[in-house]
Amino acid sequence: MNPQAETPSPFYLPEGLPIPVAEPDGLSAPFWQGLTEERLLVQRCTHCGTWQHGPEWLCHRCHSFDLGWNEVPPKGRIYSWERVWHPAHTALRDHGPYLAVLVELPHVGHVRMVGNLLGDPLQEVVIGAQVEGVYEHHRQASPAYSLLHWKAA
Amino acid sequence: MSPRSLRGRVAIVGIGETAYYKHGRSPDAEFKLAVKAILAACEDAGIHPRDIDGFASFSDDRSDATRLAAALGIRRLRSATMQWGGGGGGCCAAVANGAAAIESGMAECVVAFRSLAQGQYGRFGRTTGIEQISGERAYLMPYGVLAPPQRFAMRIRRFMHDHGIGQSALRAIAMASYHHAQANPRAVMHGRPLDTKTYDESRWIVEPLHLYDCCMENDGAAAVVMVPAERARDARQTPAYLLGAASGSGYRAGAHPHNAPDYASASFKTVAPDLFAMAQVAPSEVGVVQSYENFTGGVLMALIEHGLFGAEEANEVLQLDNLLAPHGRLPLNTSGGNLAECYMHGFELVLEAVRQVRGTSTSQAVRNQVALVIGGPMVSPVSSLLLGQESVL
Repeated sequence: MNPQAETPSPFYLPEGLPIPVAEPDGLSAPFWQGLTEERLLVQRCTHCGTWQHGPEWLCHRCHSFDLGWNEVPPKGRIYSWERVWHPAHTALRDHGPYLAVLVELPHVGHVRMVGNLLGDPLQEVVIGAQVEGVYEHHRQASPAYSLLHWKAA
Repeated sequence: MSPRSLRGRVAIVGIGETAYYKHGRSPDAEFKLAVKAILAACEDAGIHPRDIDGFASFSDDRSDATRLAAALGIRRLRSATMQWGGGGGGCCAAVANGAAAIESGMAECVVAFRSLAQGQYGRFGRTTGIEQISGERAYLMPYGVLAPPQRFAMRIRRFMHDHGIGQSALRAIAMASYHHAQANPRAVMHGRPLDTKTYDESRWIVEPLHLYDCCMENDGAAAVVMVPAERARDARQTPAYLLGAASGSGYRAGAHPHNAPDYASASFKTVAPDLFAMAQVAPSEVGVVQSYENFTGGVLMALIEHGLFGAEEANEVLQLDNLLAPHGRLPLNTSGGNLAECYMHGFELVLEAVRQVRGTSTSQAVRNQVALVIGGPMVSPVSSLLLGQESVL
């Protein structure tokens, strides 16, 4: 986000970064579809109850193939973070710095998700701080997709 | 103790490398670089290149074993092994796989090598041009977690947070590499010393990594020649015996995205015990260490996971004087390593460990009976290697 921009971008990072899509075999399709509907879906084994993210075709604990997609509240705590200064993509040139966070979801088997931390990119970030999810929709992109960011709770 | 071991069974008797270049600067094709390094290693060993009967490499090296065999006119190819995984996680495993082929009787003279001309095939860190992404990177790239520094910084941050480790520990690792590179004419950063102020004022790539915490990208090739121990005793060079080798990673280390249960780790906690068990040496007996610097924070965790010191000692041990040859407590990356000699995906570290064992390094450590090489921290699989003098056997 550039506060000097005449038309503020609705997106945390500039457009032009790779668009997330499901694999050809469709493994993660429910996850990405869920984000477009503002539903955070995480795999859970219907046999032993183990959560896992990212998705896999079988449960890593009991080897059951019967995995369900469960909607969970997008709430967690910061497990780690980084402030990125070097633009590793032309879309990020003259942008930055920006914040990426690794968020742990204690109520979902402690699975973790990577996202951006909204707000001042120079803010102090505290490991363990509570955060909640914010969906960012790219409806005009081709294909359309949605991301899940985080903000201080 | 398992009788199945490579300890003392195979030795490195030849090393060779090309000139090392900044990325994109090699005047030679990548395959030509590979052949030049292999021929140099054979020359060093006093072995005719047609006597090679196996090749071992890692990270999907493009210089294919079959093409090498044809180009060199070797009599017969008996072993061709490729370690899975990217980056430098396989730089020690390539040696181990070649040695295993020899010890099992499947080959007699194996070359392990790495060749790399990024100018000809694109750089590792480049991410522009990808329009759609799936799999692990789909959970990262749309959030600007694109290149390797960004993919690993959060592991390092968490480890430093958990153990109260300061930036000075990372700085000491970077400065050790640059210090040793000043004595090494092969080093790309020879003549480019690094001081404390320059490090501190250098730009952030991604916090907590400054510019000097990140490896270079380079063109070149490096190779070693391995033969059975009984043949090594007649070799032209002092043999560097393989004492131990191990590779792999711990429980669900590859659970993506960033879901490894033991997240703040260099992936060696299950690997290092196997390494020392095979070698029958203790970490305290290691006299000199080459530890793959993709990023200094990976070295920090890798050294600790190899039992060289505890996390609680890291701020104290990781000070420049301790890391310098000849007399430091733990001479580290004595050729300049990935940061300052050449980023040959860590294979240059294997050659430097051989030089240390021979006593021919440009920054020779006093304690050189046992030399440790650590490959590719934080990826999976990782690998490490212990080399030693005949006196250790």
